Amino acid sequence: MSDRVKIVLLLAPAMIIIGVLFFGGLVIGLMRSFSYMPIIGLTEPNFDAYISIFTSREFYLSFLLTFYIAFVSTFISSVLAIGAALLLRRQFIGRAIVNFLFQLNLTVPHLVGAIGILYLFSQSGSFARLAAEWGMIARPSEFPALVFDPYAIGIILQYVWKEIPFIGVIVLANMQALGEDYESVARSLGANRWQAFIHVLLPLIFPGVLSASVIVFAFIFGAYEIPALLGANYPAALPVLAYRKYTDVDLAARPEAMAMAIVIALLSAVMIFLYVRYARRRVRS
Amino acid sequence: MVGRESISMKGFRFLTGAVLITWLILPLIPLAIWSFARGWFFPSLLPKQWSLQAWEYAFSDTAGVLDSLWITIGIALAATVLSIIVGVPAGRALGLYRFRGKEIVELIILAPTIVPGIAVALGLHSVFIGLGLNNTVSGVILVHLIPTLPYMVLVMAGIFSNYDPSFEAQARSLGASAFKTFWYVTFPAILPGIIVGGLFAFLVSWSQYILTLLIGGGRVVTLPLLLFNFATSGRNDITGAIGMIYILPGIIILLLTARHLSGRSGAVGGFGRI
Repeated sequence: MSDRVKIVLLLAPAMIIIGVLFFGGLVIGLMRSFSYMPIIGLTEPNFDAYISIFTSREFYLSFLLTFYIAFVSTFISSVLAIGAALLLRRQFIGRAIVNFLFQLNLTVPHLVGAIGILYLFSQSGSFARLAAEWGMIARPSEFPALVFDPYAIGIILQYVWKEIPFIGVIVLANMQALGEDYESVARSLGANRWQAFIHVLLPLIFPGVLSASVIVFAFIFGAYEIPALLGANYPAALPVLAYRKYTDVDLAARPEAMAMAIVIALLSAVMIFLYVRYARRRVRS
Repeated sequence: MVGRESISMKGFRFLTGAVLITWLILPLIPLAIWSFARGWFFPSLLPKQWSLQAWEYAFSDTAGVLDSLWITIGIALAATVLSIIVGVPAGRALGLYRFRGKEIVELIILAPTIVPGIAVALGLHSVFIGLGLNNTVSGVILVHLIPTLPYMVLVMAGIFSNYDPSFEAQARSLGASAFKTFWYVTFPAILPGIIVGGLFAFLVSWSQYILTLLIGGGRVVTLPLLLFNFATSGRNDITGAIGMIYILPGIIILLLTARHLSGRSGAVGGFGRI
């Protein structure tokens, strides 16, 4: 058997499954977003669903909210993850514990973290009880709304909790692979700690940080259960809105749900482009 | 001078480390306490009464938690086994060979690890209705392959890129059949990769929510769906108990594979989906 035939046979099952399930699902979603379904006699594709969502205030609010949640969560997680990685590459008391908790967090599903955040930050949660204990509030309603709130603070806190370890372990591995020679050279040439970090280490680890951030951003932009549990009712995050439209009793709303799914897919396509660009660069360097 | 600087740096590290440890563990604490609490009302900092009620309920036959547990384990096992069977050959092709169009194949396998499930599942659902796969366990297993299979392929590609196929040729030249060569030469060499990749693929399936909700149509109630339902219905004690059960496999897998969980192994990428 030639290598060529071998490669095709080895790859075929996986390519068929991903082709049918993943790309098939995308293509059917795209067709239905144009209200094109030959099976039930809809053979005239149209842009109605897109016109409908792009002229709806709710869609823009949802899109902006989702983008804001994804951007803020990713940014805060990345910055804190770099800090945590700087901490973890040195010896200090408790390093083994942080290492273990990082790995533990990787295995805990987002949903569990979201419930934990709910029990910590809701108006009758642990922090509200602490505030009552210290006499700062008398009733739960006096505690600031940190979940189901318009600024999505609870959602962002959950993502920051979960993504610091994710980005952190990737950045840490990056730093350990680089070693400390570059920084030592910078220090011996007179740079202080901060200058060595900003001008030497940060540019070196940046592609790694960016490729991890891209995965995180795309995940958050498309995640359903966390905003469904911790988010305000209106505006809802885009995946929540899409799911609501899809399960609406009015079947006419389904193409709109599909159009929103396509918007999410397009945004993640941009993320894939960025990922491939920066992941490749990381491999080359 | 240098000594003093390093002491203050040590103090700073200790302090930030302590804050980090507290933050990482914090959300799991109320969940654990709730599972042993009875009527834990505002403003009590700790429950006035402790009880095992929530745990007794979770393990009773009427609650449906055990049914959910078995269904979730079954789906995750099936998705893992299918991913291994299909993913190992594909990983071999990507790890051992250079060929034209390899970058496109890699991109096709990478795409499902980044594109969110909901973008694909809405379209897929209408096809599954036509095939009678909606609201079934088999439909849910199939849709879980979207996140688990690419992940398995990427892990196995990493394993095979460090694999020397010349041992296989030697076995064949000494008269071993194709099957015996695989069983005695290839399989033992890649087994550690299969185990680690398989355990993580299991966790990826274990954590799926929206794919199960859409394709299972609320009829296939896996543990995360049950957990979400109890969390939104305000039964905090039972939510706490189910939450503890739900994170257990992850902890067990962590204890088995901790050394593979450094950012250097390709396996970590999959944790973006958990």
